[in-house]
Amino acid sequence: MTTMQAIDWVHAGQAALGTRAPQWLAEHRRGALDAFDAAGFPTTRQEAWRFTNMGPVASTAFVLAPPDADDAEAFVQAHELRDSAATAVVLNGCFDETLSSYGALPLGVVVEGLAASLDTDDSSARDLATGLAVDRHPFAMLNAAFLEDGVHVVIPEGAVLTAPIHVLVLTLPGNAPVMAHPRVVIEARGQSQATVVLSFVGGGNAAYLCNAVTQVQVDEGAVLELVVDQRESEHAFHVHHLHATCAASAILHSRAVSLGGRIVRNDLEAVLAGEGAHATLDGVYVADGAQLIDNHTSIDHAVAHCTSHELYKGILAGQARAVFNGRILVREDAQKTDAKQTNRALLLSDDAQVNSNPQLEIFADDVKCTHGAAVGQLDEEAMFYLQARGLTPTEARDLLLHAFAGEVLSEISVTELRDVLERSLFSRLARHIA
Amino acid sequence: MLEIKGLTAKVEDKDILHGIDLTVQAGEVHAIMGPNGSGKSTLARVLAGHPGYEVTGGTVRYQGEDLLELAADARARKGVFMAFQYPVEIPGVNNAYFLKAALNAKRKEQGLEELDAIDFMTLVKTEAKRLQMDESMLQRAVNEGFSGGEKKRNEIFHMAVLQPLLAILDETDSGLDIDALRVVSEGVNALRSPERAFIVVTHYQRLLDYIVPDFVHVLSEGRIVRSGPRDLALELEAKGYGWIEAAPAGAHQ
Repeated sequence: MTTMQAIDWVHAGQAALGTRAPQWLAEHRRGALDAFDAAGFPTTRQEAWRFTNMGPVASTAFVLAPPDADDAEAFVQAHELRDSAATAVVLNGCFDETLSSYGALPLGVVVEGLAASLDTDDSSARDLATGLAVDRHPFAMLNAAFLEDGVHVVIPEGAVLTAPIHVLVLTLPGNAPVMAHPRVVIEARGQSQATVVLSFVGGGNAAYLCNAVTQVQVDEGAVLELVVDQRESEHAFHVHHLHATCAASAILHSRAVSLGGRIVRNDLEAVLAGEGAHATLDGVYVADGAQLIDNHTSIDHAVAHCTSHELYKGILAGQARAVFNGRILVREDAQKTDAKQTNRALLLSDDAQVNSNPQLEIFADDVKCTHGAAVGQLDEEAMFYLQARGLTPTEARDLLLHAFAGEVLSEISVTELRDVLERSLFSRLARHIA
Repeated sequence: MLEIKGLTAKVEDKDILHGIDLTVQAGEVHAIMGPNGSGKSTLARVLAGHPGYEVTGGTVRYQGEDLLELAADARARKGVFMAFQYPVEIPGVNNAYFLKAALNAKRKEQGLEELDAIDFMTLVKTEAKRLQMDESMLQRAVNEGFSGGEKKRNEIFHMAVLQPLLAILDETDSGLDIDALRVVSEGVNALRSPERAFIVVTHYQRLLDYIVPDFVHVLSEGRIVRSGPRDLALELEAKGYGWIEAAPAGAHQ
């Protein structure tokens, strides 16, 4: 059961969205809100939230964030990529045209505010946005109940983009705890190739809730690399529900780097819906202090001859906690599935803790599914070997951590971002490990 | 260069070394032989500063300093090198990158400028060639997927690049075929010099055909029970370790 207070602030916020929404949107929000009212905020009695107590979110009276902030420009400058094809900025849940910038986008590429796309009748974004199945995820219901704005990206058929498209989701609270429910819709049309970087950053000294939903459609033969760069402020509650569908022979490379936030919950669902589709789900996270990072991934092998490769790695220090739940569903018709899942975590302190849970549900008989999980400390023999060659304990440890995280980071094609993330990862660790 | 007096050590509450006395001068090669479990590798690891071994008594002076007061990395930067019996595989750490970090850590200690990438690569390629090492091993992860022989060769390669003052070879011959043994030994012999000393730990005298020692010491139950010239190794080969083990441990004291 949720508290009355939690329902109150959700309803107050939803009412504050205003009554000017078109009828289809008002109905959609109302339906989602009803679903949320019925479900309530998740509790640790629910299996999917067993190790992740969202009580601190439910008990904070968040209000909708104002769509502006004084220091927004500085944040954008600090986080935009030099060589991106476009930077679409979402400030406190709303697309900000002024802060966004565009390079030379190939013909037909769409990078625009989601509100504008939703406003267009016959909009593919509207179909996707309203078609999101939210029934299993209360925070996705909440995002749908607040559906208003975000970013819509379309890579047209056959287009090959060499520079990344950068979606920068910025949340800057004032004095009161604020919430934002951004929605990002990405459509990679047939045979296209592109990289989209989705950054979540925030600032300020107040708590905020960034409750994002990203929907990705990878059409036949398209290749999409999606880099999720989560560097929220230390006061942030970050909830991200990412749902991707891959058509036949489509390839999705998801690389999720999670460095910020106080409580972080990522739900990543990939549906391999067409034969020959492939999904790479890689992730690396660092948690220290009292941080909690929960990665729930789900790969749905719906048809035959699909492959998935998943590697999640975590580094934990202080009293940090992490959760990894990796579901692989192989449906009855999904013969010749090849799925591999690996989850590794390094604990740098005695108080850090990881709960790792592979969840394989296999209904086809001619498949190859492997999974492995390992949680441990830095390899002492490796530490000694490096020190016996002259490296200080700190240098030795950093070299091993670089190598550990590097397995995921090195796959990010945007070198500029890769370098930033690597530095960011180590500056986080440096605070807690002397 | 190295003066060990009454050294005792234990690992996990098991006493292994029961009082080692050994003096090594610059330019000398000392072979430490002995049956399995006699404490040969323990001695090597204690000298290298392995944290799993606890020194319970005795002193070790190296270049006039108290070696036991120094952490493993400080010993390495001051010129102590141990070639591991079981070199550790370190996935994701590039062999050449690691070696460059190690060499520059040592050069920094000596007040020398760090080597830049080009000078470093020139150096390592020369040494790799001398040891007949495939250059691809430089760019692979440290020891990962290396064969037993490749690992040992890589240890000697590290030694050649780092140019230690005191080199301790811990069963470098184990797992080497005769050709690899010859190449590795030539690599070691090339490094012999009046400033440098070697402690060669081995179970078999075969290695000493190639790396000819000045002194041979026989370890049994954590003590040096025999010391002698090179011929002692040949005697051991002919008679086995039995005649030494059969003798009372205190007989030589």
